[in-house]
Amino acid sequence: MGSNALHVLKGINFHVKEGELVSIMGSSGSGKSTLLNILGMLDEANKGQYILDGVPIKNLNEKIAAQYRNKFLGFIFQSFNLINYKSALDNVALPLYYQGLKRKERMEKAEHYLEKVGLAQWSHHLPSEMSGGQKQRVAIARALASNPKVLLADEPTGALDSKTSYEVMDLIQGINDEGKTILIVTHEDDIARMTKRIVNLKDGVIVDDNKVEQIRAKQNV
Amino acid sequence: MFEIERWQEIFQTLSKNKLRTFLTGVSVASGIFIFIVLLGFSTGVQNGVKEKFSGDASNKISVRAGRTTKQYKGLNPNRRIQLKNEDFENISNTYGDYLEFKSGGYSSWGSQLVYKNEFGNFYIRGVDPDYQFIAKASITEGRFINEGDINAARKIIVVSNKTKTELFKGKSPVGEIVSVKGVNFKVVGVYGDPGGEREESQVFIPLTSAQIAFNGGTNIRDMSFTVAMSDNFDDTVAFSKNLVASIESDIRTKHTIAPNDRAAIRVDNTLEKAQKIYSLSDMIKTIFWFVGIGTIIAGIVSVGNIMIIIVKERTKEIGIRKALGAEPLSIIAMILQESIFVTMFSGLFGLVIGLGLLEFAGPTIKSDFIKYPQVDFYTALITVFILVAAGTLAGFIPAYRAAKIKPIIALKDE
Repeated sequence: MGSNALHVLKGINFHVKEGELVSIMGSSGSGKSTLLNILGMLDEANKGQYILDGVPIKNLNEKIAAQYRNKFLGFIFQSFNLINYKSALDNVALPLYYQGLKRKERMEKAEHYLEKVGLAQWSHHLPSEMSGGQKQRVAIARALASNPKVLLADEPTGALDSKTSYEVMDLIQGINDEGKTILIVTHEDDIARMTKRIVNLKDGVIVDDNKVEQIRAKQNV
Repeated sequence: MFEIERWQEIFQTLSKNKLRTFLTGVSVASGIFIFIVLLGFSTGVQNGVKEKFSGDASNKISVRAGRTTKQYKGLNPNRRIQLKNEDFENISNTYGDYLEFKSGGYSSWGSQLVYKNEFGNFYIRGVDPDYQFIAKASITEGRFINEGDINAARKIIVVSNKTKTELFKGKSPVGEIVSVKGVNFKVVGVYGDPGGEREESQVFIPLTSAQIAFNGGTNIRDMSFTVAMSDNFDDTVAFSKNLVASIESDIRTKHTIAPNDRAAIRVDNTLEKAQKIYSLSDMIKTIFWFVGIGTIIAGIVSVGNIMIIIVKERTKEIGIRKALGAEPLSIIAMILQESIFVTMFSGLFGLVIGLGLLEFAGPTIKSDFIKYPQVDFYTALITVFILVAAGTLAGFIPAYRAAKIKPIIALKDE
């Protein structure tokens, strides 16, 4: 926050095609979170350009950023970030509320996505009544609900045990199989190997960027 | 603002956060409630005080004589002082310019008023025509005593509403004959007194008739006057004090009474008492307002405080909403709309409860000093709106700040 600018990212040039499943790796301080924030329009780069689906993302004011986030992006967080007083269904329906959908339509769509993550029976439960894995599934359903172009996942398995992590990764892989573009920030090798491309960051620059052979999570479940 | 979708969202938030909603509501409702009750009782105290003085004119001066208690100029103590018609005439002539109404009085204690087979104890007062205005008696039927009655010493009587109910069983007594100590009087009028029951136990006959009927000669028992009021209340009080002092000294000189003999002659100045009571009632009013406004300020501060806490508590939720695409304006609107709804609803609730209490409990209060506690409805309503507006303003600042927080900061894991 001081007047001294700290350059976190020092020249990143990379391109993600539609339908890719990319993991961004790096130790803490490598700039992977900053990169994700810029991609998520939660932060803006001082220099350079960011083009999402042919739309240059620049000069964002709060309002436009909010609209873009709502339309283009779905977020999955390490700590789930569900609203704790809302039921699973209402949580999933929230981005649709900000899209201006009517309640009935919202609920139908939300129900559909909850079913997709296998939690149709849990729709009226509060987050506090669910396990970590279930909460993350709800969060994934919420991220999908607005039908975004890109899913951004910040350490989606960071708070889960291995078994649950693999279940969640299986779900993410399934969504990717349907054609959704997904970026995952992680520092776990086994999670990274379940993606199709690994980008390694160190001190704000990409040290390597390789396509990898995807390991299906299902084998580990 | 009036979108049904947003209201649904707000009702859901409120109902899922019952404790928070309840606490905000209670602080607002109790603030308004206390304010209304205080204001009501302040009015009640003023009404009570005013009614205490409504029995007689508030600018009344009354003169009564008793027995001396002090030896003076060779005269023994325990001497009975008898006021005469000429005392009344002297004072009326000397101070006539400053006195509005004047009446001598000759009364007979514990006399029975008899009508056919009915009788009752009334205080029979012989008075002059002016006494109607000194006692604030309002004529409901017939007429009061007039000059002609005095000059001719007519045997007529003006009875009270109370007499009408008790002796005449509600039928009009005008024209009927009643007797007092064997002397017949014809009823010419009925009066009512704002002082109520106690004051209405008096009945009036002409002073001259009383002196004849009860063998009074030229004796009078008391004198009553009212001071002419000027525009300035305090000036009138000061003036009436001087007037009382010089009337008193005149009578003392004439009847040779020691200047410090309190029992022999008593001159009461209602105006002086009224001034004390009125200033007391003004002070009570000021104190009530002061406490009431203090309560409202405390209410505003606590609403503001709750708003800050609410926003703080919801920082993460706000971050989530922003990440999901909530615009800053919609965040501010959400928080404010919620707070306006809660403060308005609970403010009106407190208002209704307060007014209800005054309405139902007010009349049951058996105190001479609190009468008809009530609140001007618009004052109360305006108070609610002030509280809502202030609460909103207090909520706006944290809401605005919350909307400015970058979602990434709001979402940071602690």
